[in-house]
Formats: sequence, C-alpha cells, structure tokens
Amino acid sequence: MEMKTTTFKENARTAIADETLQIELDRLSFGFPEKRKKAVDRMPEFEQLREQARDIKNHVLANLDLYLENYEDRVEKHGGQVHWCRDAKAAREQILKICKAADAKTVTKSKSMIGEEIFINDFLAKNGIEPIETDLGEYIIQLRGEPPSHIIAPAIHVSKAQVEDAFRRVHTDLPADRNLEDPAALLQEARGQLRNKFLQADVGLTGANMLVAETGSNVLVTNEGNADLTYALPRVHIVIASIEKIVPTLEDASTILRVLARSATGQDMSVYTTFCTGPKRFEDPDGPEEYHVILLDNGRTDLLGSEFEEILRCIRCSACLNHCPIYKAIGGHAYGWVYPGPMGAVLTPGLIGMEDASDLPNASTLCGKCESVCPMGIPLPKLLRSWRTRHFEAKPTRSLGQITLKFWAWLAKRPKLYHKVNGLIIATLGALGRRKGRIKWIPFASGWTSKRDFPAPMGNTFIQQYHKGARGDTSGRRLREVKK
Amino acid sequence: MSEAIPTSPHVGLFVTCLVDLTRPSVGFATLKLLELAGCQVSVPVMQTCCGQPAYNSGDRSDTRDIAKQVIETFEEFDYIVAPSGSCGGMISHHYLDLFKDDDTWEKRAKNLANKTFELIVFLSDVIKTNKINGQCKTTATYHDSCSGLRELSIKDQPREFLKNINGLKLVEGKKSEVCCGFGGLFCVKYPDISEKMLDEKVDDILQTETEMVLGGDLGCLMNIAGRLTRRGSEKEVRHIAEVLADMTHGPGIAAPEKTEA
Ligand code: SF4
Repeated sequence: MEMKTTTFKENARTAIADETLQIELDRLSFGFPEKRKKAVDRMPEFEQLREQARDIKNHVLANLDLYLENYEDRVEKHGGQVHWCRDAKAAREQILKICKAADAKTVTKSKSMIGEEIFINDFLAKNGIEPIETDLGEYIIQLRGEPPSHIIAPAIHVSKAQVEDAFRRVHTDLPADRNLEDPAALLQEARGQLRNKFLQADVGLTGANMLVAETGSNVLVTNEGNADLTYALPRVHIVIASIEKIVPTLEDASTILRVLARSATGQDMSVYTTFCTGPKRFEDPDGPEEYHVILLDNGRTDLLGSEFEEILRCIRCSACLNHCPIYKAIGGHAYGWVYPGPMGAVLTPGLIGMEDASDLPNASTLCGKCESVCPMGIPLPKLLRSWRTRHFEAKPTRSLGQITLKFWAWLAKRPKLYHKVNGLIIATLGALGRRKGRIKWIPFASGWTSKRDFPAPMGNTFIQQYHKGARGDTSGRRLREVKK
Repeated sequence: MSEAIPTSPHVGLFVTCLVDLTRPSVGFATLKLLELAGCQVSVPVMQTCCGQPAYNSGDRSDTRDIAKQVIETFEEFDYIVAPSGSCGGMISHHYLDLFKDDDTWEKRAKNLANKTFELIVFLSDVIKTNKINGQCKTTATYHDSCSGLRELSIKDQPREFLKNINGLKLVEGKKSEVCCGFGGLFCVKYPDISEKMLDEKVDDILQTETEMVLGGDLGCLMNIAGRLTRRGSEKEVRHIAEVLADMTHGPGIAAPEKTEA
C-alpha cells in the first residue's frame, strides 16, 4: 500500500466528492453508533467495566516486559514459538522464512491490522506465495486492490453494486448470467470461492485481539468464523500481533471482551471468540502442527513512557471512527495510511513520524466525541493536541498560519496595543459589512469566506463601549448612537 | 458547591475575544444577566484572549504567557464568568495542564480554574438564579457546542432557562450534539472538511423548521450563521444570553441592520 498521508487535504476533497462513498458513510455513521448506544444502555455497569478495562491495560503497559516474557514462556511450554520483531521488515522476513520452510504456495489470512501495517500481502505475493483474505470485507477489497478503510468493516466504502462488479471480474469460472442482485447471493458466492482455498492453504495467518500472558493464548474475535478455519485447517498457524496486545489473565481478557463488541458493533459478544493455545496436541483431533507468534514492536516501545503511551491501550474497536464527524466526512482512505479515524490520527504519527503525518492530528476540531465513547478511556483529543505541540516545538520553520497565530499571541500579551489594533480592524470590518450584516470575502481569510459569510462585527468592541460607559443597549447600533 | 456563596459576589467578566470584537451585544446581555442574578460585575480592561488558539496549535509557551496574564487579571474576583463553554473550559480545564512543572503558577491556575464558569452553568448551578423570565415569541433550536457539552456537561441548563422565556418554543435537532465543523483554526485550515460538517449541521437545523438558532459559543454560531446566509437562509442566529436577557431587538448574527433602528 502506498503511503498517502502527505496528500491528506487532496484525499479528503476527493472523498467528499465521491457520492457512493458518502452514501456508505452516512449509513455507517447512523448504524454503528445507534447499536452501540443500545448495547451500552442495556448494561448499567458499562462505565465501571470501562474503568476496569483501562486499568488492566495501564497495568500491562507499566509491566510490559514482565508480561511479554511470561507470555513467551507459556507459548514455548505449549510447543509454540515466539519471534520478536523490531520492525515491519523483520516481521515480513520472519513470516516468509516460516512459509518457505512449510513450502507454502498459498496462505489464508483472517483480518489483521498488523498484517496491513507490515504490508504482508504485497510482500508474500512478490515472493511467489498467494495470500488469500478470508474475511468477507477484506476479500472484497483484496479483489479491488485496495487497503481497508475501516478497522472492523474494511469494505465499508464499497457499495453492493461495486462488490458485484468485482466478483464478476474475478470469478470468471462462474456462469456470466448468474443473478447477484441479492446480497445473500454475493455471500454465497464468496463462501464457495473461499471454501476450497481454506482447504488448500499451507499456512494460516491470523492477527490477535489479545495475547493472554497466563496461558500463552491468542484471542480471535470475528463474526464470520473465518479466523477459525484459517488457523485450524492449515498445517502451520502464524499469529501476528503487536506487543501491547498482552493482557495478564483470562479474567482480564473477558473484561475487555465485554467492552469490545459492545463498543464496536453493539453486540454483547461477537459471534466467534476463540482462544488458540499452541499447536495441536497429540490427543487433539485437529489443529495446526506448528504455532508461531510474530511479536511486533514497530515503534511502540518509543511510545511507551511518552506522552502518547495511552494510545497503546487501544483495542481497535472502531468506536472512535464510528462516532467521528471527520471520519464521517472523509472516510478511512483519506487518512492515507493503515489506521484511520481518531485512533489513527494519534497512532500513525507515532509509527511513521510526524513529518509525514502532520495533517492527521491537525485535522480535528477536538470535539471530544471519540473520547466520550472510547471503551479504554483514551483521551484522544489531548493526544492529538500533544502531537501538535511536539510538532510545533520541533519545527524551526513556521507556516503562514503559524506566523499569524504567533502575531495574535504577541498582540494578546499586550492588552493596550491589542485593543487599539483590533479596534481599528473591527471598525473597518464593521463599516464594510454592518449594513448587510455579513461580509462575503475577506483577503487572507479565504479559508473562512470561501465557504461561509463572515458575520460583520458590530463596529465598536465591547471593551471600548463598556469603558466609555455603555451598559447595554444592544440593538446593534454603535456607541455614538447609544450615547446620544 | 460546598462553600457559601457571597451575597453579592464580585464577578470578573471574561468577555472572550470573539464577543469583544464581533458581537458586544452578547457581552452586554451577559452583564445584565449577572447583575440580575445579584452579582457585582467588573470588566477588566487588561483582558484579551484566553490563549486557546495558541494552545490548540501546540504553542505552549505563548499559551503559558497568556494564561499568566489572565490569571493575574482575574484572580482577585470571587468568580470569573465567560459567555462561552470553549473559553470557560480553557481556563477551568486546560490552564492546569500548562504549569505542571511550576508549583506557584500551578497553584494560581488551580485557584482560578476552581472559580471560573461558563455563563449558563454559573447562573444555573452556582448562583441558581430564578430571575430569568424574558419574552421571545419564536420557535428555536439549540446547538450544543462541543466543549460546553463534553467538557462542562452543559446540556439541560440552557433548556431549563429557555422554558422561562415567554412565547419561545424549543424544537430539538436530531444532530444537536454533533460538531458544527468550526474547531477554531480547523475551519480555515481544512475548509472542505469543515464545509461538509457544517452543511450537515445546517441541514439538521433547517429540518427543525424553527425561526431561530441558539447556542452558547459565538465561534460555532458565527460558523453556522455564515453558512446559513451563504445558503440563502434568513434564520435568526443568536447567543442564548441575548434571549435570556431579553435583548433581541438588534439584528441576529450575520443579519442586516434593522432599518427602523
Ligand atoms: S481509540 Fe478507543 S474507541 Fe478508538 S479504536 Fe481504540 S479503543 Fe476503540
């Protein structure tokens, strides 16, 4: 996937002009929040669970090394292997090594954001191994050659008609005159296509919603059951997970599961929740013969202990995306990299650097809706602001906007001058627009006036009027008139 | 509030830069409401801006300087009141964060934060006034500004006050709690995204078919009013203080001067 974070503004414009996308975004912004609200309202102890979930993750982050070692120890006791990977490259190479050793031709994959983060599909394909996405949404976007635009609903931007097009283009072995009107028919067709792939795959690659230190298990949550076929049928199971996915105990995992699905889709639980613990044992009827865990850092240890640590509590539930008015306006692709929405705007600069991602934390009104729904209590607006601070403090050159702001601050620190200068500007703008009440265009303020009128100032400032003795004729007339 | 409220508390009015510069009527309405509620009100001339533009752009050192100035100017009062959830929230919630490594200033910031309130919260929850009973024959919808709503929990208070306004009928929008796309500098830095958000807000307002739009933050109201006029609507947009203080004879935000004035 090409990184497009630097063209954020352009991406956003394109997305806003894309009518199909806008219809799908409308639907999403109505559906998920409504369902979440119902689920949360049904559960009086939700707030309490949120706090518990937050505390669990805070405890983990404060003791991460300890729990990671515990976890590794458990995995090895069960006959699995843990591979520590500092960055995406190391992770890709390790996965390739395992695939080659297994003589793999095809790899089935269940949805994994870490898989996206390390661009594993392209890499495997380049090395002659065919990756096959098995989550329906992921399968659709794989056919369309696109990255996901949402964490839990990767093909949310695709209309039904577009799915039909993609299926007709790729599934050429099926009769051309088949009827794909009904969504159920599309589902049936995808299922038919995937069934064989599941059976043929040599390696199954899954992500992990959590890694449990006390048992060495990885937790998989899906609504389609595709992760279960992905890990259980092939001879080799590879789990890819980032280091902050650890939770200490099964009890902790269940606390987080209780907030996860409710926040994500409004379900009490997702349809399938699986705990995988090592390879198949002698007495097990099925399961993989080999079990590997790729533990990825890729910048996370740098966030640990920094002002951004709290984003490592994220469980990728997507509630912040589903409720974000910016995400609703532009969709996921506009963010230009793997993680969209508020959580992406905080995490992405941490992973790829603020230089390339500087628009993401800035393109927010800090309205606070995300924080209010985040099950892990992550103060997303505060973290977005922290990126702005870091960027501001690190960057020696100033944009025109920043110079204007600096001037404003300079002026604000000199009250007498502030009132003089602003008094003059306000008198001018007032004279220009007061009769009509609005100004249609102001030089150097086209960001405002290109989209909306500027309400004309009344003419004299409040401080001027007040200190000349006016007390409240607020008819909009100027001081002169007030005093006569 | 656990402490006793002074009988005639001395309130420092932090009028906010937008009200000061563009809509003094909101300042006068605020003044009237505070005085009606029994407060003695002062308007320090040394006030400028709360520092929020610098703060949200990551310029902490300028923000700190401005915050110090606000603290020095206002700390002598019993209360500091601002007709804005966003500026009120800046002082009561964010100043503290600026002085983490400076005990003296942190203490002073905390002292100020504890007695700084947004106007409606102050009238409703602190002073608990029962002096609001204006007249306004109209139908109105209310926009919940983000900082007021989510930082300061302002939701029912303005609606309760509006019930005392004779002749006013409130109609709720479906998206009254959704951000209008103002976001301070956001709206000029990302005009396309802002416009998209703003149009959703304006559509929601229009579908209420009310005559008036009310809110508690001038930034959002200017944003909304400017888009409404750009789209050819003549809906009246006002700060809630103007209605509560019975001061609605002048033109609404972005509306032309009334000829008979
Ligand atoms: S930041 Fe919070 S709301 Fe957003 S995906 Fe992560 S856990 Fe969910």
